[in-house]
Amino acid sequence: MAFLEIRDLYKTIAGADILKGIDITLDKGGFLVLVGPSGCGKSTLLNTVAGLTDVTKGDIVIDGEIVNDLHPSKRDIAMVFQSYALYPNMTVEGNIAFALEMRGVPKSERDEAVRAAAKTLQIEHLLKRRPSQLSGGQRQRVAMGRALVRKPRVFLFDEPLSNLDAKLRVEMRAEIKRLHRDTGATIVYVTHDQIEAMTMATKIAVLKEGIVQQVGSPEEIYRRPANLFVADFMGSPAMNLLEGKVVTNGAERAIEFAGSGSDGPIRLAMPSSVRETTFVDGQSVILGIRPEAITDRGLTDPEATTVSIVDALVDLVEPTGSDTFVVTKIAGKEITARVRSDVDARAGETFQFAFNLDKAVVFDPKTTKRLA
Amino acid sequence: MSAAATSVSPGSARFARYFIYATLVIFALIYLLPLFVMIITSLKPLDEIRSGNMLALPQAPSLDAWFKAWGTACVGVNCTGISGYFWNSIKMVIPAVAISTILGALNGYVLTKWRFPGHKLVFGMMLFACFIPFQAVLIPMARVLGEIGLSNTTAGLVLVHVVYGLGFTTLFFRNYYEAFPDELIKAAQMDGAGFFKIFWRILLPSSGPIIVVTVIYQFTNIWNDFLFGVSFASGGGAPMTVALNNLVSSSTGVKEYNVDMAAAMFAALPTLIVYVVAGRYFVRGLMAGAVKG
Repeated sequence: MAFLEIRDLYKTIAGADILKGIDITLDKGGFLVLVGPSGCGKSTLLNTVAGLTDVTKGDIVIDGEIVNDLHPSKRDIAMVFQSYALYPNMTVEGNIAFALEMRGVPKSERDEAVRAAAKTLQIEHLLKRRPSQLSGGQRQRVAMGRALVRKPRVFLFDEPLSNLDAKLRVEMRAEIKRLHRDTGATIVYVTHDQIEAMTMATKIAVLKEGIVQQVGSPEEIYRRPANLFVADFMGSPAMNLLEGKVVTNGAERAIEFAGSGSDGPIRLAMPSSVRETTFVDGQSVILGIRPEAITDRGLTDPEATTVSIVDALVDLVEPTGSDTFVVTKIAGKEITARVRSDVDARAGETFQFAFNLDKAVVFDPKTTKRLA
Repeated sequence: MSAAATSVSPGSARFARYFIYATLVIFALIYLLPLFVMIITSLKPLDEIRSGNMLALPQAPSLDAWFKAWGTACVGVNCTGISGYFWNSIKMVIPAVAISTILGALNGYVLTKWRFPGHKLVFGMMLFACFIPFQAVLIPMARVLGEIGLSNTTAGLVLVHVVYGLGFTTLFFRNYYEAFPDELIKAAQMDGAGFFKIFWRILLPSSGPIIVVTVIYQFTNIWNDFLFGVSFASGGGAPMTVALNNLVSSSTGVKEYNVDMAAAMFAALPTLIVYVVAGRYFVRGLMAGAVKG
């Protein structure tokens, strides 16, 4: 049975529906990341789990107990806030011990717990300082220590890394992941950064306008996005989405795209993921393919069963060091391919792209849903 | 040469600075002159005051007038000095300042961190209290004090000052707490702290500057108040300001300027001390409020 369950949750604030029927479950020890653009309701959802916002309809269940009407302090959960929310008038030690003090834990036990938490986070030398004397990364650790010391049933993180600089963010990301591995804690984590979501989660829920678009493992979300929104939101650079028509190519079906300029139409084989789907000729579809599935011929996966080779004009070359992104135009849309960094691709010249259609997905342009 | 043309030459810059300082010193002297006259007059015997120059320093400074003002001067028919009234004022100002500050802090806390429907209206009405002229509330207040049996008592005066001061103290604290991060309150809630625990442990320890501002403001206003004092506490329960007025106006025969001045100094001392001790926090607190508010 799931440890944390969010059942058909609705939240209306001032007449506006912020959450519209959220259903998510999370197993004990799981790491759920709620991700979505700003205003999608992910922070509101986290606040309802925390008990800082009450729900309009639906249930929040922790370990089999409905906690809807339970005060935040009685839910046995801890939260790390975006601004860290460290008490400015207390030392680091006081901050970490505060929750235990409020619960009437004796001083000696408190000190013990604070020391243990500080040790885990390597902030023992900071215990006597005040929050104003700490750097951003140190404050972040103290905020985590404050959550950790309580050994709560569920940890909530509300965009905890967004105030840190890029390098520190990557470090802390790894740290949180390690913490999760070592403590086996159940974590719900809110972020708008899809890379954070991909790297840390055991389960991702993509939200948009108060509706869950897809819940699944990072791999599922990445490889088989449920709809166009998820496909576009997750991944950087974004998935290439091309609108085309289904045609019959001899015995096989294929998807045809209008060529650019004087070129004739471009045909790509039907992706393996929709082998079983029945199409009619002329049906419009949207092909979704990740940049890393469009490569130079040399990088093509030798195991791939369906590969289409397309010659196209290179529009832009973006070397990142490890790889090079080559931008071209098909059917009037920019598409990005990831090729080896030593491949000789030049803007304005024709380049041979290999489309690995084993890794492509197809969407219905009307419903925006992925076709299986 | 362009540098010389655009910048002022050192000589004229210095002159401008001297001019500014000279002006400041002159104005400071003008403001300090009454205090100076009060102090030297209170240290002179009556003869010297009547015969001499007002600005002349005392030939033989003595504190006789101060002792007389404190212990034996006649206020109305009682010739026991102003000491009793001074303590009346102290007994009024300390509880009134403490209560109105604490209540203002609590109001500010509720109005920013525990918002309820209509909180804006409530705050608006409390603000209104800042604009009601004293005179408008005299008669209703007198009736209320009579009804609850607090006429002519220090407790009654405390009540009046607390009620009248609440609008200001609430305004100060509300604006200060408005800038206080909500997430801290949420974090404390999740940590298991209740309404008052959050107030005492998180909010109040971070309220130093605004407490100083409120205390100075309230102390000065309440200590210096004359109208409420004369209206609601006549006779033996009157505060210092009222007694000072009675002392000055009830002198029979010779007008004892030195005693009057000494008594006035006693009346002014507490606020003076409060400003000297906490004045820099006052400015700092006002600035903090202005930037964050």
